[in-house]
Amino acid sequence: MKKVIMGNHAVSYGVRASEAKVISAYPITPQTHVVELLSEMCANGEIDAKFIKVESEHSAMAACVGAAAAGSRTFTATSSQGLLLMHEMLHWAVGARLPIVLANINRAVGPPWSIWTDQNDSLSQRDVGWLQIYCESNQETQDTIPQAFKVAEELQMPVMIVMDAFFLSHTFEIVDILEAQEVRKFLPPYHPDIKIDINDPHSFGNLASPEHYMELRYMIQEAMEKAVGLIKKVDGEFQKQFGRGYGLIHPYRCADAEIILVTSGTVASTARAVIDEMRDEGVKIGALKVRVFRPFPFEEIFEVLSRAKKVAVIDRNISFGGHGIFFQEIKSALYGRTDVPILGYIAGLGGRDITPGVIRQIAEQAITDKNPHRYINWIGVKT
Amino acid sequence: MKPAKMPLEELMSSGHLACQGCGATQAMRFALKVLGPKTVLAIPACCWSVIDGSFPNSCIDLPIYHTAFETAAVVASGLKAGLEMRGDTESTVMAWAGDGGTFDIGLQALSGAAERNEDIIYVCYDNEAYMNTGIQRSSSTPVGAWTTTTPVTNFKKRPKKNMVEIMAAHSIPYIATASTAYPEDFMRKMQIAKETRGTKYIQILAPCPTGWKAPPELSVSLARRAVTSKIYPILEITRNGQKLKVWKDFKPTPVRDYLLAQGRFRHLKDAEIKTIEREVEDNWQRLLAKEKMLESIPGFGE
Ligand SMILES: Cc1ncc(C[n+]2csc(CCOP(=O)(O)OP(=O)(O)O)c2C)c(N)n1
Ligand SMILES: [Mg+2]
Repeated sequence: MKKVIMGNHAVSYGVRASEAKVISAYPITPQTHVVELLSEMCANGEIDAKFIKVESEHSAMAACVGAAAAGSRTFTATSSQGLLLMHEMLHWAVGARLPIVLANINRAVGPPWSIWTDQNDSLSQRDVGWLQIYCESNQETQDTIPQAFKVAEELQMPVMIVMDAFFLSHTFEIVDILEAQEVRKFLPPYHPDIKIDINDPHSFGNLASPEHYMELRYMIQEAMEKAVGLIKKVDGEFQKQFGRGYGLIHPYRCADAEIILVTSGTVASTARAVIDEMRDEGVKIGALKVRVFRPFPFEEIFEVLSRAKKVAVIDRNISFGGHGIFFQEIKSALYGRTDVPILGYIAGLGGRDITPGVIRQIAEQAITDKNPHRYINWIGVKT
Repeated sequence: MKPAKMPLEELMSSGHLACQGCGATQAMRFALKVLGPKTVLAIPACCWSVIDGSFPNSCIDLPIYHTAFETAAVVASGLKAGLEMRGDTESTVMAWAGDGGTFDIGLQALSGAAERNEDIIYVCYDNEAYMNTGIQRSSSTPVGAWTTTTPVTNFKKRPKKNMVEIMAAHSIPYIATASTAYPEDFMRKMQIAKETRGTKYIQILAPCPTGWKAPPELSVSLARRAVTSKIYPILEITRNGQKLKVWKDFKPTPVRDYLLAQGRFRHLKDAEIKTIEREVEDNWQRLLAKEKMLESIPGFGE
């Protein structure tokens, strides 16, 4: 059934279809609708789940850790300050190998207070070990939830689904709603082998000497490397059943492109419109959307970008003292394998619009720039 | 002396990593005798995250979930929900935390769990400081005490936080204090906790000879004298915080003796000890007055 719904509700419908058993969350703008609808669904029996209404995001993630350890499918959603408050428990979920799924609505971090979008909240969690998938439409967001559970449970790794505040969270789009009985064929009920079980008592997470710790970290990296292929495979299975697939990356008119713009989130759709316009004007330009950020699809990205003469990365984030964060990753994907110049652009922080005009400005600047080492260009900063 | 009556069953084995005379270890052994094999534990950062043993060993024959310092109550809530959704509605879930993980950093999550009235037992083994990290003061450290962050030249000036009153303000069905010197009393309370639905809070005084600067063989004796000197009242709060019962059936012993048996108080001057004695008596009288007051409310005494 098709419905016109906001991005936040697309998340809730994805969770409903995935039949999560324990949900725990704490409200924060712009995520609130996700949990409001989910608590309604729990209350009216639309989902058979327990909703633990905790007193903080730190506790929301801790509740998910407990419930997932006990062998139940768990979900939470948050944003910005809430995600940052979870930080310690985000690490815990990874070390404990718990397949928790979290939807993060990208919101700028204070101070000053901002409720509008940028990616510094989720990207500052880059190294905790969560898989990160950036979505650009409400349909993709909904569909990515069951995909995320499937990948998470197979790898025993937590997955974060990321979407832009307001540009997606509060924007209404047509979504083909997933139903649980259909999704069950794609995502069977969760029955983990390893769990808290009184019939098979073990101590989980107790002191590990230097003799053991490193192997456990090695196994997390192994799982991440495996995730690249698994996400592709699971996306393929989803496409087969539901007719919609999203890939690790989405190249658009890149095959013969001399310059490629790299984007993520909702900027990807805007970029495609600009690409079409500029193609009409005879510019050989393409756009690459990076959907999966962790694990970073180095090979797939290299394949696409190494054919171009120039790459321009648009970052709605900044690693202070470094560069744009996607830029850094793209650079390391190409390092030593090609001498394609990579230019970095910082735009749209704190929810400033990245309009077609802004993207065109970036493209034109990148085309004419003679300096192949201009790694950080601030777009639209008033001086 | 009459022999103590307790189940012979042991869910905790020797080979744990506690110091000699560790009250927290005695408390766990007694608790598990009551709770039995259908029990799941959540243990945050505290001495008990070490006492359990290091991978691949564990001294407890139960599922244990080790978790972050401030999360015992909420991880226990999550475990309970997760087990129930998997069809295990029977198992008892117990959070087992130190005073730091309870009075300080874990207070918020505990308050949340208690307000939701999660069906968990929360035991705080109270050794009155952060012992795992080397004897730093917590808000449970009593007035007058030395710790590594309250040196003798600037010993703890503020009284111990009244955690029991905080829990009573949450209208939960069962709250009790206990002492490792009275295992039968503690075990009776654990039995009540096991049979009561909702959040149960039990705070047991568990001496730490290492941190209290006292000989290990005095562990039980100190746990007893803390009670008989009225410093650590043994009580039960039932009827969602409305009914208070204080244990008074003991022969009082001097506060001074209790204090001076421990290195952590030995720097105290005579006048300081007298002040503490006065405060202990005041607190005791206040507690008895409260018990009486609650009894006097019609319908609340039964
Ligand atoms: C967030 C965080 N802060 C600090 C620590 C370090 N730490 C571990 S145990 C502990 C003290 C525990 O004290 P308490 O809860 O009283 O238990 P005890 O060690 O006395 O058994 C501290 C400070 C930690 N593990 N996590
Ligand atoms: Mg302590």
